[in-house]
Amino acid sequence: MISIRKSILALAALAALAAAGSASAETLINGAGATFPYPIYSKWFAEYAKIDKSVKFNYQSIGSGGGIKQITAQTVDFGASDKFLSDDELKGAPGKLLHIPTVMGAVVVTYNIPSVGKGLKLTAETLSQIYEGKITSWNDPKIAHDNAGIKLPNNPIIVVHRSDGSGTTSIFTDYLSSVNAEWAKSVGKGASVKWPVGLGGKGNEGVAGQIKTTPYTIGYVELAYAFENKLPYAFLKNSAGNFVEPSIASTSAAAAGAAKSMPADYRVSLVNQPGKNAYPIAGFTWLLVYQDQKDKAKGKKLVEFLNWELKQGQKMADKLLYAPLPANVIKMVEKTVKSIK
Amino acid sequence: MQPATTTDNDAPARRLNGDLIFRAITTLFAFSILIILAVMLVEMASESLPSIRKFGWKFITSSDWDAVQGVFGALPYLYGSVVSSVIALLLATPLSIGAAIFITEICPKRWGTLIAPLVELLAAIPSVIYGLWGVLVMAPWLQSSVEPFLIEHFGFLPFFQGAPYGVSMLAAVFILMIMVVPIITSITREVLLAVPLSQKEAAIALGATRWETIRIAILPYGKSGILGAAILGLGRAVGETMAVTMVIGNAPKISLSLLSPAYTMPSVIANEFAETTSKLHGSALMEIGLILLVVTLIINALARLLIWSVSQSAGGGAS
Repeated sequence: MISIRKSILALAALAALAAAGSASAETLINGAGATFPYPIYSKWFAEYAKIDKSVKFNYQSIGSGGGIKQITAQTVDFGASDKFLSDDELKGAPGKLLHIPTVMGAVVVTYNIPSVGKGLKLTAETLSQIYEGKITSWNDPKIAHDNAGIKLPNNPIIVVHRSDGSGTTSIFTDYLSSVNAEWAKSVGKGASVKWPVGLGGKGNEGVAGQIKTTPYTIGYVELAYAFENKLPYAFLKNSAGNFVEPSIASTSAAAAGAAKSMPADYRVSLVNQPGKNAYPIAGFTWLLVYQDQKDKAKGKKLVEFLNWELKQGQKMADKLLYAPLPANVIKMVEKTVKSIK
Repeated sequence: MQPATTTDNDAPARRLNGDLIFRAITTLFAFSILIILAVMLVEMASESLPSIRKFGWKFITSSDWDAVQGVFGALPYLYGSVVSSVIALLLATPLSIGAAIFITEICPKRWGTLIAPLVELLAAIPSVIYGLWGVLVMAPWLQSSVEPFLIEHFGFLPFFQGAPYGVSMLAAVFILMIMVVPIITSITREVLLAVPLSQKEAAIALGATRWETIRIAILPYGKSGILGAAILGLGRAVGETMAVTMVIGNAPKISLSLLSPAYTMPSVIANEFAETTSKLHGSALMEIGLILLVVTLIINALARLLIWSVSQSAGGGAS
């Protein structure tokens, strides 16, 4: 009996010690925002916890819009978003908000044409006219022109798009707007837009499900989702005039092409960038951090993490099907991170 | 103090106190429902104020919904919600009443006790499961067999024109029907079981056949209850979000054809609320929520009225 009581006491003392230890040393850093980079962020936070045991990250993937709202209201220590803030939104924030690009994603065009595998070639013009409802049949001469050797069926094209507001739609419509002036005027770009034609599927899985089960459909999903689910994807003609296969390397190439003209606040869209191998529908995802940190201790921990993420973290990106930042962009971002106080 | 608590004339006062407290607590509980409803209404109304101010009545008469331009008109969503739920209810009610009659009156008792829990089990399946089944199994089937058949044989009607997409108003109607049938069936079953035996025996004694017994003795007696069951089903159909979002095609267009994609009020809220592009966008979605609440309240009020008038006339007939 006595020995049992003793051991219980000892356990309780140990537990109390452990609790006291963690309470005094652990800094909790809260973040919220985009769902798209959630898998890599949670991987980073888990790996970083092994290196620096004194800090713990808590990230809630509530969507880019929610992330912007929460960092503006200062209810979290950092936000995350797939779209950059407008000038008005930046003015609405109580301090200077920095955009820190972390990784890149791409949007691929996928389709279901029985007897046609991956590698259908599409130009910006054809793709935008399909989404405008101007090209309505798969054997349209405009599609056939770029696809000599592929027998295209005489079936109506069923257009599928996302029905939920999403960064994927934002990047995709940004691309259509930048290549087609008429689209820019009549539809525009945004997380949810007024689609001229087509069916709406909820989430990447909704769009992919629709395409898998329905022949003669076309749609767009995230690169990672298309790769994981082995969906057929189209090669797109970039601004240099090459048909480019979507891949992690061609997505990184888009950012490398943009590096020369990169604005200091990184608020830039990566669609239709110059570069021989640049894939045309790509985009950054950003962390949103205040330049002047209210809690200096937390700020210091956050900067340490960002520096780690730019070096070691980037190496984990391609395994999770995200495109890492090219070296010239990393150099720029490191300077920006230094300015956080 | 101690002797005072045990005296006889103090005991009733204490019991009275207990009653009063109990009464107060239950009153509070009862009013809490009203308070919650009021708080919700006020909150939603104040949130949707920017949209109400900007668009006024045009919000429910315009069908232009464009988050990029900041123009919002909710008519296609209103139309989609009302049409999909009403058609689903029209299809589900006769089916459910038939099923309930079979379970309570026609099939052997042992079967009845087997089938009834199965029906209730169907009512408990989460709607996302129905949605997944709808989009992966039902929609492709509709696209490959049902819709081409309808187009070929009934294509002259405006309701069955256009291309077969699978996901469509028709798919939403079917999925809602499947979801609503178990609810209406199990409530109707309870209603039919409550019909007094004397009522049935009287009909049989008069020489009525089984069908006549059901028609004259059982159905009229349970009429108001069955109506109530249908209204509960309608309530579920109007508010159903996940399953409908997955199969309706999410295109905010008004079309007479059941084969074309459509959109409902709960679906657009579920789709767009997490990533609103502006304050006005959020406010417009909130106003849709408000309209949904009002539509539900109207349906319920109408149902009460209907049940009340039916039970009045039924009572008159019996006497």
